[in-house]
Amino acid sequence: MSEKLRVLVAKPGLDGHDRGAKVIAQALRDAGMEVIYTGLRQTPQQIVEAALQEDVQVVALSCLSGAHLDLFPEVVAGLKEQNASDILVLGGGIIPDDDIPELKKAGIAEVFGPGTTTTVIIDYIKENAKVG
Amino acid sequence: MFDRDKLEKIQAGEKAYKEKLEKLTQKRPERQPEFKTDSEISINTVYTPNDLADFNFEEKLGFPGSFPYTRGVQPNMYRGRLWTMRQYAGFGSAEETNKRFRYLLEQGQTGLSTAFDLPTQIGYDSDHQLSKGEVGKVGVAIDSLLDMETLLDQIPLDKVSTSMTINAPAAILLAMYIAVAEKQGVTPDQIRGTIQNDVIKEYMARGTYILPPEPSMRLITDIFAYCAENVPNWNTISISGYHIREAGATAVQEIAFTIADGLAYVKAAIDAGLDVDKFAPRLSFFFNAHLNFFEEIAKFRAARRIWAKLMKERFGAENPKSLMLRFHTQTAGVSLTAQQPDVNIMRTAYEALAAVLGGTQSLHTNSRDEALALPSEESVLIALRTQQVIGYEIGVTDTVDPLGGSYFIEKLTNEIEEKAMDYIKKIDDMGGAPEAIEFMQKEIHQSAYKYQKQVESGEKVVIGVNKFQMETPPPEGLLKVDPEVGKRQKAKLDKLRAERDNAKVEAVLGDIRKAAHSKDNLLPYFIEAVKAYATLGEICGVLREEFGEYQQQIVF
Repeated sequence: MSEKLRVLVAKPGLDGHDRGAKVIAQALRDAGMEVIYTGLRQTPQQIVEAALQEDVQVVALSCLSGAHLDLFPEVVAGLKEQNASDILVLGGGIIPDDDIPELKKAGIAEVFGPGTTTTVIIDYIKENAKVG
Repeated sequence: MFDRDKLEKIQAGEKAYKEKLEKLTQKRPERQPEFKTDSEISINTVYTPNDLADFNFEEKLGFPGSFPYTRGVQPNMYRGRLWTMRQYAGFGSAEETNKRFRYLLEQGQTGLSTAFDLPTQIGYDSDHQLSKGEVGKVGVAIDSLLDMETLLDQIPLDKVSTSMTINAPAAILLAMYIAVAEKQGVTPDQIRGTIQNDVIKEYMARGTYILPPEPSMRLITDIFAYCAENVPNWNTISISGYHIREAGATAVQEIAFTIADGLAYVKAAIDAGLDVDKFAPRLSFFFNAHLNFFEEIAKFRAARRIWAKLMKERFGAENPKSLMLRFHTQTAGVSLTAQQPDVNIMRTAYEALAAVLGGTQSLHTNSRDEALALPSEESVLIALRTQQVIGYEIGVTDTVDPLGGSYFIEKLTNEIEEKAMDYIKKIDDMGGAPEAIEFMQKEIHQSAYKYQKQVESGEKVVIGVNKFQMETPPPEGLLKVDPEVGKRQKAKLDKLRAERDNAKVEAVLGDIRKAAHSKDNLLPYFIEAVKAYATLGEICGVLREEFGEYQQQIVF
C-alpha cells in the first residue's frame, strides 16, 4: 500500500489570480493526492510553516504578478532552514523563460508555464516526489 | 412577429428540411455529436421564425436608445461617435506610466486606463513587508499624492477621461485625482472618468479586497453620494464581470453574477437613503469579450435588457439613464496563449469585433504577448490598431445592432437572459450577492475545471496548445519592469515622510479615525488627508484598524 502524496498548493504574495491554483489543486486531488490550498496573500514564511504543519511532500507555488523571483526562492530557503529540503518545490504562473534558470538555481525543481496540462504536472509529481 | 399562416408554412418547410438533414447526417455524421456555446446552450443547425414564434418586437427589442435597450444605449450608436479606445496601462513608476499614457494619447487613444500595482490595490505602501517583489509589477505604484501628480503630469484632466482599476481603496485614489485636478485648475465637476470600486467581485474572483463587506459597502455608497453632488461626470463604479469570467465563469454566469452584484450596490445605496435616479445614471459595467463569437454578442444584448427591466421593476427607476447598462469591454486575457503568441492578435480581433457588435461604450484590446509578460509598446500599438481597423475600415459601425433580428442571435439572447435570470433568482433567494459569494465561487471554479478538462481531452480546441502545435522560439522584446523601482519608491517615501508636515498628517488621520465611526461621508476626509500627503498605506491602515480585514473563504 503506497501512502497518499500530500501537496500544498500556495499563493505567495499579493496576486489574486487563483483560477490556475484551484484547478491544479482539484486535478491533483482527483489524481488521488491529499491537497491543501492556502488561499491568497501568503508570505513565504507562512507557506513554509504550512508545509511543515501539513507534513507535505510537495509545495506547488503559483504567482501571476511577476513577483516570483522575489518570493519562490524564499520558500525554498525557508524549507532548507527547517531541514525540510526534501520537499519538492514547484512553480507556475506567468513566468518568462529568462527567469527559469534563476528559479531552478534557487531550488525550484520545475516551472510550469501557461498551457501546461494538469496531466503533465501530476506525472511530474508522481515521478519526483518522495512519499513519506 | 409573424402571422399564423406564414408560420405554419414555415413549420411545414422546416419539417421537410429536418427530414432531409436527418438523412444527410446519418450518411455523413457532423463534425461533432453536439454543438454548444461556452455556456452549454445547444446550438441548432439552423434558426428560423419558428424559434421566435412569440417574439414581441416592442418588448424584446424596441429601438436603440429606448427601453429595454437591447439594441444599444444610444439612438445612433457608433454613427454618432465610436466607442472610447482605452488601453489599460501602467507599470513601474509614475514617470514611466506617464510616458506610456502620453504615447498612447499621441497614437489616437481617446481615454486613459490606469493599472495600479498590487500594493496600491490592496492599500499597502511600497515599503510594507507584504509589498516585497510586487512594487510596480502589474501596474504603477502610487504611494501618495506626489506619485499621482507625476502620473498625470501634462495630461489635461478637463479633456481626457480616466478609468482607474482600483477597488478597495477607490475612494482614496479618487480623492487624489480630485486633488491633482484642482492643482491643474480643473474643478471636480469638470473631470470625467471611472473607478472600478466593485468590491463584491474582489471577494468572489479577483482578490484585492481589504475590508469586510459592511464597511466596504459604506465606502461605496459614500462615493455614490459624494459624486452625485460634487463630481457629476464620474462613473462611480464599474460593476465587473470581466474578472469573474477570467476566473472561469461562463458567459451566462458572467452577466448573472455581475448583475446580481449590481443589484446589491443599488440596494445598499437606497438603504443608505439615496435616490435611485440620482446615483444610478453613473453606474457602469465592465464585461469580458471571449471567443464564442455569437454568444458574446447575445450576452451583451441580454445584459442590457435584464438590467433595464430590473432597475425599473425592482427599484422603480424612471430616469432613462438609470436603466441603461453602459459598459466597458476587455478582450479575454485567458484566451491568449503563450504558444505561438502572434495568433493572439487574431483572437483579440474577433473578440473585439464581438464587443463592438454587442454595443460596447469603450474597449481595451489585449496585446499578443500578455500570456508571457506585460505588453511591449509595439504589441500595444497592434492592439490599438486592431480597434481602429474595426472602427474605421470594415463598416460594422455604420448601422446600429447589425445582428438584431437574426433568428439565431435573438433566440440566443432570449436563452441567455432566461438562464441568467435563473441564477439571479437563486442568488436573491440566498439574500443577494454578498451572501452568495461562496456559491458563486463554487460555480466559477466548477466551470473553470470543466473547461480545463475539455482542453486536455481535445474537446475544446486551442490552436497551438492542443492542435497545430509547433516549436517556436520565445518572442523577443518582452517588457521587463525595472527591478529597482521598489527601491526608488522606498527612497521617495522616506523623503516624503521627512519633508511633509507630520503633525498635519497625524491630525488628518485622526479625523478619518473619528469619522469612520460617525455617519459622515468619508470622501471629504480622504481629500484632506491626501492633500496633506498622508500615504495610501497610512490611510488604509487606519481603515484596517477601525473596520478589520476581510477573511477569504477557501472554496475549490
